[in-house]
Amino acid sequence: MLKVSEDPIDASALLKAFETEAAGAGAIVSFSGIVRSKATSGGVEHLFLQAYSPMTEDGIQAAMDEAQSRWPIVNALVQHRVGEIKAGETIVFVATASAHRRASFEAADFLMDYLKTKAVFWKREKTDRGDAWIEPGDSDYADAERWR
Amino acid sequence: MAKLLYFGRLSDITGAAEESLTLPDTISTAGELRHFLDLRFDAQGALLEPTVRIAVNNELCFDATSISETDEIAFMPPVGGG
Repeated sequence: MLKVSEDPIDASALLKAFETEAAGAGAIVSFSGIVRSKATSGGVEHLFLQAYSPMTEDGIQAAMDEAQSRWPIVNALVQHRVGEIKAGETIVFVATASAHRRASFEAADFLMDYLKTKAVFWKREKTDRGDAWIEPGDSDYADAERWR
Repeated sequence: MAKLLYFGRLSDITGAAEESLTLPDTISTAGELRHFLDLRFDAQGALLEPTVRIAVNNELCFDATSISETDEIAFMPPVGGG
């Protein structure tokens, strides 16, 4: 399941619902991405996330389909926020379920690397020293290369 | 008129996230539009960077792709969420 929206993310509630949906799976992995309160350029007030629908959703769905074909996962969930997201709030939640743990760990890791470097989002950071657009760094791209 | 979208840092250069534009007769491809807009906004090459991709009607395209007045044309700097 995929959702891109301005709605706040309640990771605990999402995980609970995912556990119910994936009943019977032997392993569930979840990842929450939280807006950090400190950046190199100062204290972060909020991030602003821009998407381009339906390209954003289509791309994430294709990555989820690829994860399903590469690993024996029985269920996957991606929820990502757009709009203004304050420091301390959850920006992204990913969950995967499989019979055994390795598939869930790797599929969740793969999906996060997709979201960080290939998903169609643009990210603006507002700090106490001003605004700046943030693009993926070399380490993000190196992480994503691991799955080629 | 074509609908043009400028995402991420490009909207700081263009001053708006979108606009409608009657394409000049001399422009028939995405690459020609890219060069035209870079000059028009005095973007100093920001729109010409190879990492800035162009999508026509939600499909990523090449500079050689033909464009027309009914298209939605998006200029996309490097992406990334999370």
